[in-house]
Amino acid sequence: MTELLATYDASSVNAALLTSSVLFGIGLVGFLSRRNMIVMFLCTELMFQGAALAMIAFGRVHGNPDGQTFVIFILTIAAAEAALALGLVVLLYRRRETLDSEAWSELKEC
Amino acid sequence: MLNFSLLADATDHAAATAIGVIQPAVDAPDLKWAGLIIGLPALSALLCTICGAMRVRSKLPAFITIVALIGSFVLTCMLFQQLGQGAPRVVGLFEWMSFSWGNADRFQSFSAPFALYVDSLTLFWMLFVTGLGSLIAIYASEYMESDVGKGYTRFFGGVSVFLAAMATLVMASNLVVLYLGWEGVGLASYLLIGYYYSKPSAVAAAKKAFIMNRIGDLGLALGISLIWVNYGTVDYATLFSVLEAGPTAGHGDWMPGAIPFLLMLGAFGKSAQIPLFTWLPDAMEGPTPVSALIHAATMVTAGVYLIARMYPLFALHEDALATVAWVGGLTAFVAATIGMAQYDMKRVWAYSTISQLGYMFLGLGVGTTFGAGYHVFTHAFFKALLFLTAGAVMHGFAGQIDIRKLSGLRKVPGFRLVSYLALLGCLWLSALPFSAAFFSKDTILTAALGSERSDFQFLGWLGLLTAGITAYYTFRVWFRTFAGPVHFEAGDEQHDAHDDTHDPHHAPVAGLSLGAKHDFHPHGPRWAIRIPLILIAIGAVAAGWPAYNVLFFHGENWVQSMIAHSSAVAGSGEVHGQDVLGLSAHLMTSIVGSTACVIGIGIAFWMHLADRSAADRVRSALRGFILTRWIPTTLENRWYVDEIYHMMFRLPLWAGSHILHFFDKTVVDGFLVDGTGRVPVAVARLFQPLYNGVLQGYAATMAGGFVLIAGWVFWIWLRGNG
Repeated sequence: MTELLATYDASSVNAALLTSSVLFGIGLVGFLSRRNMIVMFLCTELMFQGAALAMIAFGRVHGNPDGQTFVIFILTIAAAEAALALGLVVLLYRRRETLDSEAWSELKEC
Repeated sequence: MLNFSLLADATDHAAATAIGVIQPAVDAPDLKWAGLIIGLPALSALLCTICGAMRVRSKLPAFITIVALIGSFVLTCMLFQQLGQGAPRVVGLFEWMSFSWGNADRFQSFSAPFALYVDSLTLFWMLFVTGLGSLIAIYASEYMESDVGKGYTRFFGGVSVFLAAMATLVMASNLVVLYLGWEGVGLASYLLIGYYYSKPSAVAAAKKAFIMNRIGDLGLALGISLIWVNYGTVDYATLFSVLEAGPTAGHGDWMPGAIPFLLMLGAFGKSAQIPLFTWLPDAMEGPTPVSALIHAATMVTAGVYLIARMYPLFALHEDALATVAWVGGLTAFVAATIGMAQYDMKRVWAYSTISQLGYMFLGLGVGTTFGAGYHVFTHAFFKALLFLTAGAVMHGFAGQIDIRKLSGLRKVPGFRLVSYLALLGCLWLSALPFSAAFFSKDTILTAALGSERSDFQFLGWLGLLTAGITAYYTFRVWFRTFAGPVHFEAGDEQHDAHDDTHDPHHAPVAGLSLGAKHDFHPHGPRWAIRIPLILIAIGAVAAGWPAYNVLFFHGENWVQSMIAHSSAVAGSGEVHGQDVLGLSAHLMTSIVGSTACVIGIGIAFWMHLADRSAADRVRSALRGFILTRWIPTTLENRWYVDEIYHMMFRLPLWAGSHILHFFDKTVVDGFLVDGTGRVPVAVARLFQPLYNGVLQGYAATMAGGFVLIAGWVFWIWLRGNG
């Protein structure tokens, strides 16, 4: 295990970081361009996974398992949070009979 | 120079001549039981509190209080038996206040142990305080019986607190403990004046008494502080020896001169003298035993006690004594004139109390502590008697006390004894020749009239005029209420609940006679009221004994020798004085005083018994003449003193408080506090358009902000790598 972590391939780390950036970018663009709340939620999950992947990659650079440990925790929390968020989306849908996030824009101040 | 003759030749030191020779105090740890004189009433107050908590619905609190007060009286008698007129004893009870600070170069300490200073002045005061206290507690056990339960317990708790505080005041061995007692009696007075707390006038009277006393107490507190700063001690024994040693140097000239004036302010507040006298008549809102005990016989003499106790200090300042004399003389006159025009019996007696206290201060001021002390003693008995007979009338006539609505009580069954005891009290108050008060008042007026100072002589003549006025207003009450044809109206105490205010402005009510309220039968007092009345009357008569002893048996005056063996020795000598208009001052006072008394009683007899319409005719005659038009209304309105105080103090304070309230609302709250709060709101309003409610907008702001920060970090990184 320690030998496996001690040496790393720079190109594979670069590839992983690139993948994580692409995942985060797709998520961000999707979040900004779509109004469907389920899709927006999926986009946040995408950004989330991008960040998680970057964390594994950096863990690999430092040669310790902290990054991976964090990601395991993040995944469990994310699962719980996904259930909660989807429940919220369902409730919001029941109120307005639409998934469009614009429907809730009157929650702004004043 | 004032007339301080006794023991003047014992030493030729200037200061010691003025203040006389005070015996040095002796420590007496074996007299610790004397602390029980304070302790028993305090214990009784505690037991009354427990009775209150246990909702006792019997006369138990009265029984506890009576036993405790009689116990105190017996202990006082034992202490008197043991010490008599010996050297002052200091009995340390426990450490109370003890501070020290500074270093070895400049070490300072302050110590005020809870200790007793027992000399003949202390004993003299404690004898009549505890004696009258016990008798009045017995009286009150019947008088307050309609309130058995919560009120009864509260009343006797208050009386116990009063006696404990009064004993502390009188027996204290230093000024700080005296101050503790001083405030304690003020508290008890406040609680008992406000006894009928559901009555707005009683609550107002209690507050008035408390606040006016605070003004005086401020003077006393400052005086005590200055004594400590100037003489380095608050202990009586030490202070007297410092004073005997002569004038102290340093600390500027104004301080020793200011001390007696500050102490005097405290005395004037507690003893209801000009300018702080208006609280005492209002204090009659309290139950009558309280008026008799606290506001006639004991507490109000605390001011006289203070000056008598601190007499060595006063004797060194002639101006201070002259001020006391003037205030006392004028108060005696003004209060007596007001007493002529009041219709509430208790209020007449209240004004007469103020007036008689004025005589005592006049006595202190003109240099006869003996006269003042003797008058305190005689006054305590006859004034308690007058209040208690007034209370017996109130008790029997459902709270009726208006002298226009009571007449001929002498012939009402059950009130015969009360009427004749009231007559005795009235004769003593008018200083009937050869009554006790005649001798005590005579001593004071002789000292004033025979003084070398012409202003004191004027005060002496004013005092003689006041004696005539006193005889008139006293017998005005007696002839109206107890003599003449029988007719009365019951008060409304048990009939309906509305507030019984005695309006002095409307004309006297005449013609309402017996049977106006058919269901009302006055009930005469029973033994618990009668026995204390009889005992106090015996005391009032016996108070003349010290003077008879001098007059007929060439013995010595007991009161005089008591005062001569205390710190008030300076003015305790026999008063001789100069000749006045060819006669000796003493003879002159006796003749003029007796004549004034007889004339006063005579006028009262004519106007209020022989021909009662004459009073109204005199009043309208005065009203009809332009120069005297003001007299009746001014006297009925108590010289407008309350109104003047209202204009001088209450209105400016009221206006000032409204101005400050306006300032607080607009500037402090409006501008400073709310203004500060509005700043973040205004800043937020500036950025508010960015919050448009579109979720993507927020996300874009976040992302944009992140990009900016990342770009900035990257730029710095680039520059660092150069």
